[in-house]
Amino acid sequence: MASLALHEADGGATIALGGRLDAYSVGPLWSTARAALASHPRTRLTVDCRAVDYCDGAGVALLLDMLRQPRPAGAEVRIDGLAERFRSLLDQFDPKSFAEEAPARPRRGFIERVGIAGTEFWADLRGQIAFIGEATSALAYALRHPRMLRWRDILYVAEEAGVNALPIVALIGFLMGVILAFQSAIAMKQFGAEIFVANLLSLSILRELGPLMTAILLAGRSGAAFAAEIGTMKVNQEIDALTTMGLDPVKFLVVTRVLAATAMTVPLVVFSDLVGLIGGALVMLTFEIPIATYYKQAVSFATLTDFMGGLAKSVVFGVLIAGIGCLRGLQTETGASAVGISATNAVVSGIILIVFVDGVFAVVYYYLGI
Amino acid sequence: MTAAGQNEVVIRVENLRTGFDDFIVHENVSFEIRRGEVFAILGGSGCGKTVLLKHMIGLYRPLAGRVLISGEDIATAQGERRLAILRRFGVMYQLGALFGNMTLLENIRLPLEEYTSLPDDAMDLLAETKLRLVNLGGAGHRTPSEISGGMMKRAAIARALALDPDIVFLDEPSGGLDPVTSAELDQLVLRLSTSLGITFVVITHELPSIFAIADRCIMLDKRAKGIIAEGRPADLRDRSPNPRVRHFFNREAESEA
Repeated sequence: MASLALHEADGGATIALGGRLDAYSVGPLWSTARAALASHPRTRLTVDCRAVDYCDGAGVALLLDMLRQPRPAGAEVRIDGLAERFRSLLDQFDPKSFAEEAPARPRRGFIERVGIAGTEFWADLRGQIAFIGEATSALAYALRHPRMLRWRDILYVAEEAGVNALPIVALIGFLMGVILAFQSAIAMKQFGAEIFVANLLSLSILRELGPLMTAILLAGRSGAAFAAEIGTMKVNQEIDALTTMGLDPVKFLVVTRVLAATAMTVPLVVFSDLVGLIGGALVMLTFEIPIATYYKQAVSFATLTDFMGGLAKSVVFGVLIAGIGCLRGLQTETGASAVGISATNAVVSGIILIVFVDGVFAVVYYYLGI
Repeated sequence: MTAAGQNEVVIRVENLRTGFDDFIVHENVSFEIRRGEVFAILGGSGCGKTVLLKHMIGLYRPLAGRVLISGEDIATAQGERRLAILRRFGVMYQLGALFGNMTLLENIRLPLEEYTSLPDDAMDLLAETKLRLVNLGGAGHRTPSEISGGMMKRAAIARALALDPDIVFLDEPSGGLDPVTSAELDQLVLRLSTSLGITFVVITHELPSIFAIADRCIMLDKRAKGIIAEGRPADLRDRSPNPRVRHFFNREAESEA
């Protein structure tokens, strides 16, 4: 272990260091050494290192810390008796150059931060608009040249984002139907109107909840996956490799994902609608409404237009989720945390877009009388 | 630890067999590394240098055989004993492996914060000295994404040195560095090994660097699944009976082996 002792003498003081000075042992000595220096601000101080038998980088840092303290002329700190092999470690540094604090990260003022946030928002918006244009032209090209598409990739993404999402979509869809039916049936029972639960369920699930819940699930599942995958490819310079091979990353990665995810969103929404209505039917059984009655009531009320309106929305949701996931992936900066940020951004922007577009659809459907 | 002699063995690899599933990389590899020496692990691409290193630092478990660091088996040590072994060495990984969400200074401070009781600004000072050792003084506030590949390697070496370990493993330290920086790195390794008695285990292909720093080396080979030469680099270059070893050290193409 290391030791430190302070000896007073006329005309100066001596700090005797001894033992093994390493990262584990100098910690406790550090403040004592500082205090010794502070208590003798105007006298010459000698640091006696003759008893030091080991001194690594941490010990050197301790000596440097004593040497770098600003002291008046005639009261300098002198290192004495340090073995030659340790001396060479100390001599490679100029203590005075450590006197000033290492440059901290530049701090920004409020106005500067607002400005940066504003320009970042503007740049992001421009990036999104440019990406929409690029992706649209790439999609249009792909649809005109379907033989150029990488069908194997599309099928793989379709399986990953579609088929493998079935269990979670079924679970949420079923739960939604059950909860909605149960809560509304309790209220309607007071008026003996339980049968109208079928109306409520069929309309709300087909028009709104089926597409919306499925889209939010896919944003969390596939949108994040696309962003993380493409983001990691970007960090690994795979995107650069595609670019220099003359393969446009948007055509190569985005088109396959957007096509596959969109194609899968529609059947997933149909599935979610169906499972939701079945969940509702099972709850209605407990309110003594047979499945046949529930079915007739639902079919007589909800129209094909309601169903198709929901599916039309889900196509748009699919494009948005896959598109924003890919965009966030392509925007990834370097480093491991950047991939996490991209995945988070993909989910957040995906959900915001879904909600916004859903509102637009509601207004449009209202004016079209659908 | 003082003058226990230059012949004290700090790392002993005994009859090591390594591999994955049914694919054997090394068979029956044994060698010793002594205190304070700069020991190089050489060999062509794909001969398993990094795999051997990862066994020596306890990331992989051997299929057979042992790796002893100061007499302790790193693969079987648990809990506190394992931590004590791990604290005895520092590792510089091939790609740096700096934490991307921290600045360089914070990267070096991390082991200091976790394992020592140094005051806050002492950690800053110590970290700054490590950065200066590798010529990165004043770059402590930058993040790994803001610096070049060569700077990342040097920062990674600085982090490996943070606690002044007895043993430092360097995985291709000079790969991708310019010759000047590479030579400075060699100087640093030599200075640390002579003044502090740090043992260096270096994986490298760089011939000038091997001749400049390595006291001893082993050469691995893919076909032999093990060591085909051991000794001082200059001896192997001039006197090895194995043509493959001479080709390597004389930088000649291996047209017909």
